[in-house]
Amino acid sequence: MNAIGALGSARADVSAPAKMVVEGASKFYQARSGVVHALDNVSLEVREGEFLCILGPSGCGKSTLLWSMAGLHGLSGGRIRLGQEPIVKPHPEIAMIFQEANLLPWRNLEKNIELPFELKRIPPDKARIQALLERVGLKGFETKMPRELSGGMQQRASIVRSLAVNPSVLLMDEPFGALDAFTRDEMNLLIQEIWMETRKTIIFITHSIVEALFLADRIVVMSARPGRIQEIVEVDLPRPRGVEVQSTPEFIERVNAIKAMIDHRRA
Amino acid sequence: MDSQLRDQIPTFGAKQEAGGGAGLSGGFSALASGGGRSAFETLIIILVAVVIIGGTQILLGVFQVPQYIMPKPSQIGMALITEWPFIWPHLVVTICELLIGFSIGASIGFVLAAVITQFPFAEKIVTPYILLLVTTPMLALVPLLVLRFGFGWEPRIIAVALASGPMVMINSATGFRRVDLAKIALARSFGASTFQIFTKIRIPMAMPMIIVGLMVGLIFGLLTTVGAEMVGGAEGLGNRLNYYSSMIRMPQFFAVITLLAVIGISIYVFFFWVGKKWANWEA
Repeated sequence: MNAIGALGSARADVSAPAKMVVEGASKFYQARSGVVHALDNVSLEVREGEFLCILGPSGCGKSTLLWSMAGLHGLSGGRIRLGQEPIVKPHPEIAMIFQEANLLPWRNLEKNIELPFELKRIPPDKARIQALLERVGLKGFETKMPRELSGGMQQRASIVRSLAVNPSVLLMDEPFGALDAFTRDEMNLLIQEIWMETRKTIIFITHSIVEALFLADRIVVMSARPGRIQEIVEVDLPRPRGVEVQSTPEFIERVNAIKAMIDHRRA
Repeated sequence: MDSQLRDQIPTFGAKQEAGGGAGLSGGFSALASGGGRSAFETLIIILVAVVIIGGTQILLGVFQVPQYIMPKPSQIGMALITEWPFIWPHLVVTICELLIGFSIGASIGFVLAAVITQFPFAEKIVTPYILLLVTTPMLALVPLLVLRFGFGWEPRIIAVALASGPMVMINSATGFRRVDLAKIALARSFGASTFQIFTKIRIPMAMPMIIVGLMVGLIFGLLTTVGAEMVGGAEGLGNRLNYYSSMIRMPQFFAVITLLAVIGISIYVFFFWVGKKWANWEA
């Protein structure tokens, strides 16, 4: 699957069925400077219950790819499926977590978390919301306004908001990019725990190699302009991974291998 | 060192409103300190008011300024009490005209802003005419409207609607134009319909500017109501201003002015309170 022996080794659940499939996705869009070729023939299979990271420099189309997988914008070519269902508009089984928490500043935390239920016109699952709030350590903050919460707390609230409607696929668009390093480690640990408990399929976008290696079962490395899949890297580090794993020689070796991969192709 | 320096840098209180509109929103901060006002500050504020009103009273007495040039505050106060039975029916007329005209103008302005901002091209076509309405004094139309509708309420209500509507419209439009694509995408990702995006994202997002627009619109409406009553009306506070000044009854004249000031300030305070309640997230 890739050229670097140290990285690649088969995982136990390679045979898991494909949850989401991207087939030959291409995307052009009109920008002020002309036509941008954002995605070029990207094909990808995301396994059921997998933690997949999409890694790449800014402008490599990784967000475009994720937004298309969320059904938020269309493709110029190719298609995306969830199981057998084509994704052309937002799907109830797929929830998205955005850069910066994207809470509505005029709603308190509880009302923010109940937004998806309101939009779907179903009564909020109070018990589930309470359990999730407790899980992420936000119990007792229900009546706080977003501006009263720290960046990490806001992002935790947005995770609760997405998990509250119990989707099977979670798309995360550089969710922790704006957080400081300590909070980021904390959030990475939290999302790993949540993933291990719920076994949701998570597709996580980042431009941090360390973050990708820390979280992922597989890393999709993308190159820029047009966005292409350059390499898919299996990560066989045992779980649960602690923050200290990041300073082990094996981890650093993998970071360097991926770094070389990106640098080499961009040069 | 750093924090010391920061203390020296003058600030304008709360954050300035992005995108401006009619720019009255910055004024909200003048009242925003209300919650945390100390007893000392309150004392100073009352003291200054007493000095200004009392000083005027004394100075007018010392220099023996005739009543028909500038009545003393005490005379204005007395006139307000003694003339009240004759003034209040006119007050009711003015307020009714204002509220009816404003309701019509504001509704049209709001709906127009909400619709037009969805179509950038249509907005470009309509905006010059709205600016024309904003910058042209609607009072100028009153004599024309009187020719068509007579001296009844209609010309004044039309003038008020024409004065307040565009104010509401341009400010609301500024609010509606502040689209946050991430928040709209968020709503869409949870399956929101276009209507839900409008009610749950766009309107709350525009709310601070809508409130500013309503306030500016209502204050402009008040000015226009009174002006229209002075130009062509047989009743209302504007008519009373004409009447008392022609009779050289200055204490009564200033009593009416005082009432108008109270209405204007009440409008401001009311919308400040509404803003605190419904748009406090932006302060």
